[in-house]
Amino acid sequence: MKKKKFKVVVKQEWCKSCEICVQICPKKVFVMDHFYSSVRDSNDCIGCLQCEKLCPDFAITVTPIETNDNE
Amino acid sequence: MDYLQYLRKDKMPHIWCDGCGHGIILKSILRTIDTLGWEKDNIALISGIGCSGRTPGYVDFNTLHTTHGRAIAFATGLKLANPKLHVIVVTGDGDATAIGGNHFIHAARRNLDINVIVFNNRIYGMTGGQCSPTTPTLKKSTTTPYGNPDSAFDISRLAEAAGASYVARTTTFHVAKMDQYIKACFLKKGFSVVEAYSNCPTSYGKMNKETGRRGVDMLLYQKDNMVPIEKAKDMSDEELQGKLVTGVFVDRNIPDYTENYSIVKQNSKK
Amino acid sequence: MSEPKKNIKMIQGNTACAEAAIAAGCTFFAGYPITPSTEIAEVLSYRLPMVGGNFIQMEDEIASMGAIIGASLGGAKAMTATSGPGFSLKQENLGFAAMAEIPCVVVNVQRGGPSTGLPTHVAQADVMQARWGTHGDHPIIALCPTSVSDTYRLTLRAFNLSEKYRTPVILLTDELIGHLTEKIELPEPGSIEIINRQKPTVSPEKYLPYESTASLVPPMANFGEGYRYHVTGLVHDETGFPTNDSDKAALMLARLNDKIEKNRDDIVEVEEIHIDYEMETLIIAYGSSARSANRAMITAREEGHKVGLLVLKTIWPFPEKEIQQAMRNAKKIIVPELNLGQIAHEVEWATNRRIPIIKLNRINGESIKPSEIHKVITQG
Repeated sequence: MKKKKFKVVVKQEWCKSCEICVQICPKKVFVMDHFYSSVRDSNDCIGCLQCEKLCPDFAITVTPIETNDNE
Repeated sequence: MDYLQYLRKDKMPHIWCDGCGHGIILKSILRTIDTLGWEKDNIALISGIGCSGRTPGYVDFNTLHTTHGRAIAFATGLKLANPKLHVIVVTGDGDATAIGGNHFIHAARRNLDINVIVFNNRIYGMTGGQCSPTTPTLKKSTTTPYGNPDSAFDISRLAEAAGASYVARTTTFHVAKMDQYIKACFLKKGFSVVEAYSNCPTSYGKMNKETGRRGVDMLLYQKDNMVPIEKAKDMSDEELQGKLVTGVFVDRNIPDYTENYSIVKQNSKK
Repeated sequence: MSEPKKNIKMIQGNTACAEAAIAAGCTFFAGYPITPSTEIAEVLSYRLPMVGGNFIQMEDEIASMGAIIGASLGGAKAMTATSGPGFSLKQENLGFAAMAEIPCVVVNVQRGGPSTGLPTHVAQADVMQARWGTHGDHPIIALCPTSVSDTYRLTLRAFNLSEKYRTPVILLTDELIGHLTEKIELPEPGSIEIINRQKPTVSPEKYLPYESTASLVPPMANFGEGYRYHVTGLVHDETGFPTNDSDKAALMLARLNDKIEKNRDDIVEVEEIHIDYEMETLIIAYGSSARSANRAMITAREEGHKVGLLVLKTIWPFPEKEIQQAMRNAKKIIVPELNLGQIAHEVEWATNRRIPIIKLNRINGESIKPSEIHKVITQG
């Protein structure tokens, strides 16, 4: 079975750099980029949505990427 | 999940501090509304004063930001005047159990069909970190610099004893449980309460080092110190010191106020 | 063909208030027991369920005031009733109703104060509390009935004014009028003028709940009608959202005050009795004291004294223009009231003390007797 992929986006205008996502993500998808959280590599995302649900600032969205099995 | 459809985007980003747990609770409320498919026009979100009090400003419902502690009183009138509205009260620990304590217990007693989400950060955040009715004994705040001499209210047990239909408690770390409890709360006929321990790094965390100073530290502290209510039953008071007991405190089917008042209306016409 | 049968009843003022509320379309009452207003709650607990309305006895006075604001936002005409100590507690949310422009009616059956005071005795001690009881500057409407039928009529008017101007209205009655039983002819339901709040006609996207309209009273949508908006006690702009912008704050607060002040001619109601250019003595009175004043005036006039009476039915906004007009060539003014001169001071201000103002005050729980007013007319 092919691994599901996700698009992870940080809306930096709303990010308050609390670092919850950076420390909670089991796959270390996020890193701090100066003042804001940023996505290191969304290929590692397993779609657990912990970051999205625990981001108090509505700054993170995780959406599944439609993948074509023949790809 | 598209949160933006429920937000007044021009009012964002919200006022809450970095690492504050209130946004996490708000998201859980919005996810639940989305799951239940409630129409925005049929939702009224009401608050009192304080950090939690700012919630209505950000959501695209019928929103009412009342006086300190009085949200439940306003909600009582609104729900009875328009029973088709889903009336959600968001309130804080001080708002709900200090200045608004009387309204909280009496709405529970008459089992009014409203949903109350208590954002319990165990401190007065908006005014700068004074102790609240849920600040634990001997913990520090800006008005208890040597430790709080008072005992804390157990909000969930208070609501249960006062007669609520549904009461559950969780923490801002345990979002899956929070979703589950808020959904049950929203679907329950009668007075239903979800108390969520929230993290206030700016005030509580700063003054009480054991929780950690940052929001994320406080979330992990909640994770480490959470005890399910079922397990807590077999633990001594000493073992429960500093623990956060969570779970469903009560879930019962009893007549709500409207049901009883409909009998009153029938009786009046005899 | 015979005349339709008149609906004549012997009822007390508090009952008249409750019945008038039903006639005005009130469907929600929240209250807390307090002497001497309790009959209003008792009658409505009996009557409201009959007409499909809601009566709720709340846990305290503060909650009662909050509940009627919530009910009004939900589309109900809503009322609460209290007396001095409870009126003090209601001030917080009364200020909210003024600020957020929520129509509602607050009945205060005045009793002796201060504090718990004289619960079963009459006073008119809350005149200034009605005007300035809350923090901040906001306008208020307060009406003072002088009889049972007047209580009925002014309760209807209180609802109409609250709906018309999106404002709390205080029915400032007193223990004597509230507990007075006398004859009243109840109007036919169809003959009563009912004013309902103006609703928005624009689409929800264009709705500004606190818009500066020409009438100064923005249309009000009820919660659940598709106009999702924000209501707060914070200073807000036309959208209803809080603002710290001093220009917007000034604009909003100016409109809030102007909507009452600029419509004062519509709101103010006085009754002139025997006021003419021959008049030498003018009595200015309101509420139960106006009854004693009327009796004293009748006797004095029979004796040849040229005395007239101005009854203030609207006490706030203050009828200064009507007082100035009623003065005519009067040489003195008598103001009998059951406080230490709360309205007399306003009269001094309104008349610029051009003629002597004689205060006749009592705060011991008794009413002022006609003979006492008569004595001041003839000798004072």
